[in-house]
Amino acid sequence: MIEALRLTVNGDTQEIGVPSHYTLLEALRYVLGYTGSKQGCDKGDCGACTVLLDGQPALSCILPVQEAIDREVTTVEGLAGPDGPHPLQDAFDLTGAAQCGFCTPGILMSAASLLQRNQSPSNHEIREALSGNLCRCTGYTKIFDAVEIAARALRENRPAAEVVRA
Amino acid sequence: MKLEDFRGRQADSAASEEELREALEREFQVIGRRLRRTDGMSKSTGRTLYADDITLPGMLHAKILRSPHAHALIKSIDASAALELRGVHAVVTGADMPVPYGIIPWTRDEYPLCVDKVRYIGDGVAAVAAIDEDTANRALDSIEVEYEVLPHFLDPEEALERSDTPIHEPHKPGQNGNISKKVHLEFEDVEKGLADSDVVIEGEYYFEGTTHTPIEPHCAIGYFDPSGKLTVWSATQVPHYLHRELARVLELDVAKVRVIQPPVGGAFGGKSEPFDLEFCVAKLAMITARPVKILYTREEVFYAHRGRHPMLMHYKTGADRHGRIKAVDATTIIDGGAYSSFGLVTTYYSGQLITAPYQMESYRFDSTRVYTNKPCCGPKRGHGSVQPRFAIEVQLDKIAEALDIDPIELRRRNFIGTNTRTINELRITSNGFLQCLEEVERASAWKSKHRKLDYGRGVGVAGSCYISGTNYPIYPNDMPQSAVQLQVDRSGRVAVFAGASEIGQGSDSMLAYIVAEELGVPLDYIRILSADTDLTPVDLGAYSSRVTFMCGNACIDAARKIKKLVCEAVAEAWNCKAKSIMLAGGWAFKAEDTAQKMPISEAFNLAEAKFGALGATGSYNTPKDIHGTYRGGTIGSSPAFSFTAHVAEVDVDPETGFVEIHKIWIAHDCGRALNPLLVEGQMEGSVYMGAAEAIMEEHIFKETGLHNAPSLLDYKIPTSLDTPEMQSIIVESIDPEGPYGAKEAGEGPLHPSIPAIACAIYDAVGVRLDRLPFSPPRVWAAIRERGRQEEAGELSPWKSPPISVPLPATGD
Repeated sequence: MIEALRLTVNGDTQEIGVPSHYTLLEALRYVLGYTGSKQGCDKGDCGACTVLLDGQPALSCILPVQEAIDREVTTVEGLAGPDGPHPLQDAFDLTGAAQCGFCTPGILMSAASLLQRNQSPSNHEIREALSGNLCRCTGYTKIFDAVEIAARALRENRPAAEVVRA
Repeated sequence: MKLEDFRGRQADSAASEEELREALEREFQVIGRRLRRTDGMSKSTGRTLYADDITLPGMLHAKILRSPHAHALIKSIDASAALELRGVHAVVTGADMPVPYGIIPWTRDEYPLCVDKVRYIGDGVAAVAAIDEDTANRALDSIEVEYEVLPHFLDPEEALERSDTPIHEPHKPGQNGNISKKVHLEFEDVEKGLADSDVVIEGEYYFEGTTHTPIEPHCAIGYFDPSGKLTVWSATQVPHYLHRELARVLELDVAKVRVIQPPVGGAFGGKSEPFDLEFCVAKLAMITARPVKILYTREEVFYAHRGRHPMLMHYKTGADRHGRIKAVDATTIIDGGAYSSFGLVTTYYSGQLITAPYQMESYRFDSTRVYTNKPCCGPKRGHGSVQPRFAIEVQLDKIAEALDIDPIELRRRNFIGTNTRTINELRITSNGFLQCLEEVERASAWKSKHRKLDYGRGVGVAGSCYISGTNYPIYPNDMPQSAVQLQVDRSGRVAVFAGASEIGQGSDSMLAYIVAEELGVPLDYIRILSADTDLTPVDLGAYSSRVTFMCGNACIDAARKIKKLVCEAVAEAWNCKAKSIMLAGGWAFKAEDTAQKMPISEAFNLAEAKFGALGATGSYNTPKDIHGTYRGGTIGSSPAFSFTAHVAEVDVDPETGFVEIHKIWIAHDCGRALNPLLVEGQMEGSVYMGAAEAIMEEHIFKETGLHNAPSLLDYKIPTSLDTPEMQSIIVESIDPEGPYGAKEAGEGPLHPSIPAIACAIYDAVGVRLDRLPFSPPRVWAAIRERGRQEEAGELSPWKSPPISVPLPATGD
């Protein structure tokens, strides 16, 4: 059955028709064309589908699309704006934190949520915040570096590249 | 706008005069710097399009029906009910594609869909294309397959004995159809070596299988256009081999088949041969005249597998009283799973690749790969040699202890050297292993820790080597292993067409760094167009750690041809010698006078005016005189070897058997690090993967042959909380034949992980874990057994405090 519903994704509110059993991830990827969020495991194990729901990380692959009605959905496409990439995105690029890049969108959303709550996270707090996102390429080390650099960039209000040079 | 106006803008953003003078002082301008990747920002902003992100107009979705039996004959398939379902467009079975395929031309033993027999739970039987996945899944439920169930074997030793029930028909009458490959090679007299040894250590090691677990599941899309041309997009590491196999199996003209490999979301060897989904989307597209996509579920990724082979390894190692290796005698049973895959190579690699970095006076190995009714094993990062590396390195640790020699010192004494041959005649050129040992010894404060830490904490060391590409291609031919084509635009933009597969390792970036180095253009003037068989020259694929070495050399070859033309054209304009012209920082300039310069685009325009359209091809082929002179001596041969040493420090909780890896120090000789940032990334990714194989991962099956845990919840790979601290130390032994001296970094660094951790556990609590993984129950049981032996007076207490392990209550 096709259901008409209204979703707000990255600031835009749109009315869409989706099969009523769709997850939020399916609606994002296959109806709205936001392919940044990834499907890695089909059941909430890997975190590649992580989006923000009213600022909180959520696994969109196990979230019925109806759960997102009247809430703000932010995907990786919504992190960068007219002013350029989010400091996290720049820091990931600077540190080589994205190798294959498939887990990156989900990790960025978990990290963005962390930095909203805590601008000076410790290494352990970063590890905790990302523990629901599997990465198979990096051994996470460069990802921890990137999040620390982005946190400093946000705190000091300067580009991530300057933080790395400093 | 005139050309000059564009050039003015380019000149404004190019290097300053001072920077050009500095450039003259440096050997390299781009190589060796910690630069961004060419695809990093695209990936970090979610804009990179992977296979499943592609949607074509009118695209159908297909699903594959999989066998519920581990071993059975297919008596009949009835798909009529499925075909009648609304929204179903086509069904294919094995009869539609009855041509066997396989990555190794001599062992083609798979069909796109099973023809008369299934060999593991998950083997593909039929495929349905429908308007959406739900409809395709419903259709699968209505396909009726009649099976005649056969006895199945999960244990390779049982399969060996049961030649009466062959999983594959034997090649010749009388052969055992359950033997996939057998290799026996002996170098010098092992029996004499053992007899002459002062100490002989015998051990049996077991490596339980593991799987790659890329976060991106396999995905492919087929499109057959009305003119009869097939295009397949696939998350593959080997577009060239896929191209050939699609044409062969589907009986198409290979010139009318195009394979496009979008960026791959992780592979690690798990996508390095054709799979059922690629043939199925192609065939279904041909039948339906619609694009067809298949995306594996995570469960299907576990069935596709091709992961690291389980190996049972029996080792006898002899040494003289100084610790020098006199003899190594290895016997290995390899559990291959249901098909051959790369198994012929795996069987050789299980013996061929452990003959460095240590000198051996004699060596013998006997390896047998056996079919079992489980998902097929194949190449996983460190193909075929991670398992025997575990065995040989632990053997060395045991010898060191028996002779009371420090294990790092023991390895130093056996160092094989540079520009030499191994006992099995592999050519070794550059070799930074000694420096690797020194680096980890110093960084880990080894001397103050080994056998000196408190009970429960320990350190272990291990070394290794790995190939930078295989010297011979999978199908015999004399053509280059890799080629690159460059095309220069009047704007200064350089396009790089390369068959190399970007799978996350950074191959696109590597090519861009080389072009920027040679032609002096800024990195953002370079476009990499890779892995599209219609557009790019052949590269054999992202496997065997070959891409940097081979495609990198091909790229240098192409770029230098263009550089020569550009320098000649500029020299003519300036009436000077071509060797005075340098290309760097966005300029062509005179080395003797950096003030005499022109924007690089102007230099390109001069060259185009003088020589015509500016482009070049470059290629690389391996030297052909460096392999062993015996049958099989080509396998294991490589133009260069990387070397690695690890020290691992662990905490072992004697009450729970839980092993926590405190830290791993890794020194890796990658030749020249073209971008140290990316080399570190490869090192860290390798080491964390190896560490997980040591203590967490286990690819196991229920008695029926059903995978024990085909999900990312149950198959444990490390999260951010499980990952140990790692310190990467790059060692650069400049290789004489690598691009700027580079060798591989993607696989070698994994090898010492497991033995270093095993030896650290021994140092911590005095127990040898010769069976993987080192899970809490196994560690706990070993500690308890040692405690019993200590109480019985058979062993003295390990380190200072006596072990008091609480015994579990019994009798209730």
